[in-house]
Amino acid sequence: MNGKPLVSIVSVGLSKFGKHEGLYARELFAEAVKEAFDRCPLLEPKRDIKAMFVGHMGEAYEHQGHTGAAAADWAGLLNIPATRTEAACASSGAALRSGIYAVLSGLADVVMVGGVEKMTHRTTAEVTEYLAMASDYPFEQWHGITFPGLYALMATAHMHRYGTTEAQMAEVAVKNHHHGTLNPKAHMQKEITVETALNSRPVATPLKLYDCSLITDGASCLILTTPELASRFTDQPVHITGTGQASDTIGLYERESLTSLKAAKLAARTAYDMAHVTPEDLDVAEVHDCFTIAEIMAYEDLGFCPTGKGGTLIESGETRLGGRLPINTSGGLKAKGHPVGATGTAQAYEIYLQLTGQADRRQVQNAQVGLTHNVGGSGATATVHIYRSNR
Amino acid sequence: MTEAPFTIDQFYKFLAQGKLMAGKCTHCGKIHLPPRPLCDNCFHQEFTWLEIAGTGKLVTYTVIHVAPEQFQRLAPYAVGIVELENGLKLPGMITGATQLHIGMTLTIDFTTCTNAQPWPQWPRYCFKPA
Repeated sequence: MNGKPLVSIVSVGLSKFGKHEGLYARELFAEAVKEAFDRCPLLEPKRDIKAMFVGHMGEAYEHQGHTGAAAADWAGLLNIPATRTEAACASSGAALRSGIYAVLSGLADVVMVGGVEKMTHRTTAEVTEYLAMASDYPFEQWHGITFPGLYALMATAHMHRYGTTEAQMAEVAVKNHHHGTLNPKAHMQKEITVETALNSRPVATPLKLYDCSLITDGASCLILTTPELASRFTDQPVHITGTGQASDTIGLYERESLTSLKAAKLAARTAYDMAHVTPEDLDVAEVHDCFTIAEIMAYEDLGFCPTGKGGTLIESGETRLGGRLPINTSGGLKAKGHPVGATGTAQAYEIYLQLTGQADRRQVQNAQVGLTHNVGGSGATATVHIYRSNR
Repeated sequence: MTEAPFTIDQFYKFLAQGKLMAGKCTHCGKIHLPPRPLCDNCFHQEFTWLEIAGTGKLVTYTVIHVAPEQFQRLAPYAVGIVELENGLKLPGMITGATQLHIGMTLTIDFTTCTNAQPWPQWPRYCFKPA
């Protein structure tokens, strides 16, 4: 069933997601790094780690760019090649992809990849403006189209074409909030009801407050190495067996479809083919639920259900913990939170826990094959990765 | 006459003159809205300007309630994507419509356009019911 491992994850780290007052992004990143080092006592960071890629979207939050070097310094890894990757909300999906390039090229046998974003000190209006920078400026931002607005345009089209309902979107929020209550690192730790979600205030119709992911501070990181070297560091590696990345027009309005993300479909096809798996082989997945409609579209783009049936799939309960294919067991971007630069590798963190049996109250029994789906902007970038346990 | 450059800036300059203009590849004929310096179909680099009719059908829409600061005085406001001739699409604000529905006919309104701002700021067109 499975293709051969491309690289192996030998350790992972994740900061608590939420509000971190007074913590600068590089300090937040160090929180994730500390966990990754603590988990892997056989790793000697200065000796072993040869390169680093850090996802970070926005200079505007802290008036700070050049995050690669700063994060490496605060990780105690001064002087190694350290590069920031930016692909909007897929910035650390791109960091992971870059780390895989580095390891497979042979230029670096052990690599740290991760991401960070510090957002909560800004007002909602400011964050709305900064996030919109991931969309087309001359034709979208310039005309007042916000980031939720772009997904709202997709939601309106999806509802019109397939009959998807606001109640089905609310079900995504209810599920992910439930999963979030089982994750001590999630930003939100409360159950919600469909009624709460449906009655929340409008952000960009039909999307309401509870259709939107959270403005969150957070950081995540992974240590990657070759499958051959993995046993030097751990007896419990998780292997990445497929990687896919694709791009699309920066402007939503130029796309072939308003109800599907072509970049996600292309990235998924590449990753599935590389890993020699099909959607039916998956035990667990983390998908990019920046808005509830995005999770419904992800179900379709990733082949979890036929096109247009994403709303039916969420209603079926099959993507809840205990269902056929639990999705966003971490709480997803919706409840765990969405510190944009950190999200891609935070998804990989959750899959690592699931495939090593460390997901505690939200453990998917005997999970062996997992997937992450990380989308940048309104879909101009997508990365998909496939993981396999060592068991 | 030398052709005006096939840039986003020039697209907006034409808008300020009340013209919706696209770039047409002289080699493969692909129409680009907005214009581009390199044809993404055949990689040809020469184009001619083609005027596009400013009336089309609404393909999707939303009403934005949470806006960045510069748009807050307008909120809630409607935006949508309009499909023009040849399958070309353009997003923008929609004004003067009491109800929105997919498929309704909208036409571009240049009257809000002025051309006195420094780059990268442009005249701001909008759509209104035909």
